[in-house]
Amino acid sequence: MKALKCRECGREYPLEATHVCEFDFGPLEVAYDYDRIKKALSREIIASRPKTMWRYRELLPIAGEPTVGPLVGFTPLVKAPRLAKALGIRELYIKNDAVNYPTLSFKDRVVSVALSRAKELGFTTVACASTGNLANSVAANAASAGLKSYVFIPSDLEHGKILNSLIYGSNVIGIKGHYDEVNRLCAEIAGKFGWAFVNVNMRPYYAEGSKSMAYEIAEQLGWRAPQHTIIPMASGSLLTKIHKGYQELVKVGLISDTQPKVYGAQATGCSPISTAQKAGLDFFKPVKPDTIAKSLAIGTPADGFYALKVMRETNAAAEDVTDDEIRDAIKLLAETEGIFAETAGGVTVGVAKKLIASGKIPKNDSAVICVTGNGLKTLDAVNGYCGKAREIKPSLREFEALLAQEDKVNA
Amino acid sequence: MSKKVRIPTPLRKLTNNEELVEVNAANIGDAINELQARFPGIAERLIDEKGEVRRFVNVYVNEEDIRFLQNRATPLKDGDEISIIPAIAGG
Repeated sequence: MKALKCRECGREYPLEATHVCEFDFGPLEVAYDYDRIKKALSREIIASRPKTMWRYRELLPIAGEPTVGPLVGFTPLVKAPRLAKALGIRELYIKNDAVNYPTLSFKDRVVSVALSRAKELGFTTVACASTGNLANSVAANAASAGLKSYVFIPSDLEHGKILNSLIYGSNVIGIKGHYDEVNRLCAEIAGKFGWAFVNVNMRPYYAEGSKSMAYEIAEQLGWRAPQHTIIPMASGSLLTKIHKGYQELVKVGLISDTQPKVYGAQATGCSPISTAQKAGLDFFKPVKPDTIAKSLAIGTPADGFYALKVMRETNAAAEDVTDDEIRDAIKLLAETEGIFAETAGGVTVGVAKKLIASGKIPKNDSAVICVTGNGLKTLDAVNGYCGKAREIKPSLREFEALLAQEDKVNA
Repeated sequence: MSKKVRIPTPLRKLTNNEELVEVNAANIGDAINELQARFPGIAERLIDEKGEVRRFVNVYVNEEDIRFLQNRATPLKDGDEISIIPAIAGG
């Protein structure tokens, strides 16, 4: 790490817990010495390290060794021939962060970076504004690191996501409002208390953790970037960081530049970025979210501008899907590949289907779909949409009768 | 006559660390001009060269984003509270 640098005007700041440029409010980003990293990293060195996201630690913004979440990442990249066939594309992979450790979402990546850095900077209390997954991860990782935590969430989140924060003994604060209101309140709280707010004053470090998903995908493909990556968009941060991850691997000589395209996926009920992209705009209009994909329900996406820029530059596209299409896609992924994704995963699979059908992703190509969260956390969303268990007495005759009836129905 | 503006941390160097500033303006655009008159330099932090509110600045009147209201023409009445907040990520 060299410094924090404003993405808008390039002004530099020291490597502290600060997130916006004092001059133009532009987001601060970590600047690295890539020449040094190029000398320090090779495919062989990476291969010799444990299979976690920290095998790329030179490219992640902490000063020493990771102290929080040392086992996070290196989730499976699953070859998905049955889903590929269903969607009509030659080759398809699922990057499955639904089984990320320890809280079953990609947020463990960003949180382990943010909390490791927070400890380096001397914080003892950590906090976040969250649509659910981030809160779960902050709560769990803070517990294991012995840090005190406060997590702020919209009060109408899925039960599973609320319980999944409470269980770790975190201070869970439900805000009567949508995520953008939670975020606004947290921006004000963060200015007042001396806490490490992972997505506010720790954001420059936090956001970099997402790059590890790109590093892993490239390594798991045999050190190459995929032609097409389909990524869910809430704030738009993950999409920009996956793209940055691929670019950095080129910069440090680990892969060659094949100009990978990154596509953004949103729910129609909260689609400020995809709506702007489809209209050819380079700015978005904020919206009030209304979708079952609550983890993506950010109406004022902080990185929306940069997400649009990256999609434009890589000649990619964005698309969005309705709640019904999200549920259908969750079922399709489960039935074809045995992976149960949360609603955001339904969004990416549903969007992939549309992009392939419309030819925006050519059917003879190869694509990676990012699944960022686990279906067990959003059971409410599919409850009542996947049938019911049929009940019988423990009798062979009843079972045979049931099968016979089914044969009649299927005949 | 009195409306309150909450000054975010990155701008408090310009307001001598004042967190809450009272203004009399009748709309958001005028409120920014009034702030500028008292704290020279603050307007260019909030407004870009084209005269628009900067893309990473969110302005709220009583907790509602001015982009859902009338942007800089959003009218202000007595007792309104205005927040200026940098865009933040998360999820």
